[in-house]
Amino acid sequence: MDLEKKILAVITTNESKIAGGAPIFLCDDSQEAEDVAANLEAIIDGIAHALSDELYIIVKH
Amino acid sequence: MNEYIVPIVFGIIAGTIARIVMLRTDYRQYPTYLHGRVIHLSLGFIAASLGAVAVPAIMEMEFTAVTFLTVAATQFREVRNMERNTLTEIDEFELVPRGKTYIEGIALSFESRNYLVIFTALIGTLFYLVWHIYAAIVGVLLCMLISRGLRSGSTIKEVVDIKYHELHFEGAGLYVDNIYIMNIGLPERQEEILKYGMGFILTPKNMNEINTVGNLGQRQAILHDVSVSLGIFRDSGTPALSPLIKRDLDDGRLGVFILPQVRSKEKAMQVIGAVPVLENAIRMPSESKGGIL
Repeated sequence: MDLEKKILAVITTNESKIAGGAPIFLCDDSQEAEDVAANLEAIIDGIAHALSDELYIIVKH
Repeated sequence: MNEYIVPIVFGIIAGTIARIVMLRTDYRQYPTYLHGRVIHLSLGFIAASLGAVAVPAIMEMEFTAVTFLTVAATQFREVRNMERNTLTEIDEFELVPRGKTYIEGIALSFESRNYLVIFTALIGTLFYLVWHIYAAIVGVLLCMLISRGLRSGSTIKEVVDIKYHELHFEGAGLYVDNIYIMNIGLPERQEEILKYGMGFILTPKNMNEINTVGNLGQRQAILHDVSVSLGIFRDSGTPALSPLIKRDLDDGRLGVFILPQVRSKEKAMQVIGAVPVLENAIRMPSESKGGIL
């Protein structure tokens, strides 16, 4: 089965909210999280989605 | 010289002219200028020859000659395949793809136009042989008028009301009116989208149209045509900047989110309105037995 969508990376500032799965990027503050998300979006051609203020995911559509 | 030569030549010329009349390269630039056109004019000429020759064959009691027309049918199905394959191949490299339904619609019309050419040539030769050249000219002109009429179906503006609506964000969610489009995480991207994006609400006029414009292929066709006519603010590797159309599940209204380079409300509304309603997308629930209308 081909997956149409896939979470390629998780970017968060709150360590307690995450565990395993996709590559995880821990950031110190929301500004850093935003920058990392923007960079990753450009690098892997995915879309950065915000699930909450402290949690971003990069999804390939 | 054979008595049939002049009528046959007349039929061939009439059919070829009919193909020229039906061959228009517009904003879609398809068939591609020059080479694409040469291919279709040549095929039109072949189709016209087939149609024109059929009548004298029957008059000479050569009934098996009609089977010739089935060869033509096979040939033109092949034309449809050819168009479909080419367009599907090219579609991968479009910034906003046409979508399969649109491609199928284009391929379909290429095939059907060749049949119209056969028919025109056949009528031309038949009328010439049975009556007179003037009758033939009238018959051919009628055929061409019919073909012209068949060339363009209805357009989006006939089936929906188009209204401009500001885009807005609720958290990370992008909305047109109350229709959710997608989640955009980065504030930077959100600003870009608010700056360059435009939103439109398409309200279908009745139940048939709700089904028709809800079709994913029809929606893709709208996005493609808009991006061709107004330009598109995106590049490869920026999937966040994809124009999208989402549906209000409640009443079947469509929320159109586009990123045109020419940001004129009036022009955008005109372009959306001029998008053809795809044959393959049309649904008529009003004709069903359990008619809901």
